Amino acid sequence: MSKPLQPFDVLVVGGGPAGVAAAVRAAECAVRVGIVDDNLALGGQIWRADRGGRQVTEAEEWRRRVAQAGVTALFGMRVFHQPEPGVLFAESATDFCELRYRTLVLATGARERFLPFPGWTLPNVMGAGGLQAMVKVGLPVRGKRVVIAGSGPLLLAVAAYLRRYGAEIPLICEQATWRQLARFSASLIAQPQKILQALQLRKEIAGIRFLANSWPQVARGHGKLESVTISCAGKSEDIACDYLACGFHLLPNNELASLLGCEIRHGCVQVDEYQQTTIAGVFCAGEPTGIGGVELSLIEGDIAGLAATGRRDDSRKLFGARRRFRRFASLLNETFALRDELRSLPSPETLVCRCEDVPHARLRDQSSWRAAKLHTRCGMGACQGRICGPATEFLFRWNPDSVRPPVFPARVENLAAVAESLEPSAVIGGYPCTGKA
Amino acid sequence: MPEEITLTVNGFPVRVPSGATVAVAVVSAGQACRKSVTGQPRSAFCGMGICYECRVTIDGRHHCRSCQIVSTPGMDVRTDE
Repeated sequence: MSKPLQPFDVLVVGGGPAGVAAAVRAAECAVRVGIVDDNLALGGQIWRADRGGRQVTEAEEWRRRVAQAGVTALFGMRVFHQPEPGVLFAESATDFCELRYRTLVLATGARERFLPFPGWTLPNVMGAGGLQAMVKVGLPVRGKRVVIAGSGPLLLAVAAYLRRYGAEIPLICEQATWRQLARFSASLIAQPQKILQALQLRKEIAGIRFLANSWPQVARGHGKLESVTISCAGKSEDIACDYLACGFHLLPNNELASLLGCEIRHGCVQVDEYQQTTIAGVFCAGEPTGIGGVELSLIEGDIAGLAATGRRDDSRKLFGARRRFRRFASLLNETFALRDELRSLPSPETLVCRCEDVPHARLRDQSSWRAAKLHTRCGMGACQGRICGPATEFLFRWNPDSVRPPVFPARVENLAAVAESLEPSAVIGGYPCTGKA
Repeated sequence: MPEEITLTVNGFPVRVPSGATVAVAVVSAGQACRKSVTGQPRSAFCGMGICYECRVTIDGRHHCRSCQIVSTPGMDVRTDE
């Protein structure tokens, strides 16, 4: 290690809309800027490139801007530990890297919220965004029957996408009430951009059966999904299908922020008006600060990128736009808030923790998330409670624990580096990663 | 149409579009990715590297998240390990 360890002036974790906006803004000041992402390309979940060559125009434009701005982009690399402030450890499928920074922007995005119901662990029951992501990377759905269920505007976008790829969509189930949906639609009048999107979407999903007040009750199949029973207004209906695409709106990915000690309230990373967290020099933008969609993420990323490079006055010019999109975000989250009936979806045998196979019956008498972890191993598996934690928060009103390192499962040889402070095989600070496994 | 590549899942050849992830190959082959701790078949679920349900063994390396890894020609993928 003869090279000097030059840190990034601004390191962005997460390459979705908020992350790329922050990185491009920060790079305007000609500082050393890096962006690191677990995925194989920029764009996050929303702009995940389509293997078939259909690119999201806006995403392409941002990729070009990131490249032109001279941002060092590291893909397929997941941050799992902060040994000390200013240093992050990350690993890829084969490499281990130490990333140094002066200022950090967390843009770790969102994931889908999943709720347990009988049969939800069967193969071919997937997240709604999850199935879309799989189709984007090559899963054929032509001629397949896909029931889409859960909550949130993502369900409609997924329906439109899958239909474009030849899937048959017998039904979309939304748990929100018609009244909530009507109020949401009416409010779009204040958001002209959203109206255009909604009209386009409506055209694309025309003719697909849509039910409000409905949810998946049981998924059935031998070895894999064959049918799903849907509950709507007290009635049940069985529908044969190849896939069930199922997600209940979105959740902030706040684990890394939590590991760094940032204050988190109601699952959202707390930030000041410049998107700075409660840890000085650590900013946060996009979905981790509260689910709000792509436009809000871009603006928060802009503000974070400007403020992280000392341009607070410039960032203030964007506060008005951010306020407007935040109003839309609160309405979004009110509309798609989960209804109480969904708490009674699991049967006693339904597995709530998929990693450790812990059924609902073993959890309902536990007093807290911590007690459940200690007594049942719920949340102790590979996903570290990312799936069952939010589910139990809703089902039992438990509060999640603090996060411990490593924030993602890491390979033993890399954990050894953490434990013994061994010299990492690669140090990145604007230098190419030359690490080995 | 983009060209296809061939890899093996549990020793059987599977053709997928180039650029497809390993999870796509496993699901296309009609296989589950892993057995849960009580022996249930599990397959790709979140599709974005969070849930770890799609873990497989790739070229001898255990616990690879197949939804985050692109297939390459001749790759040896094993499920249920």
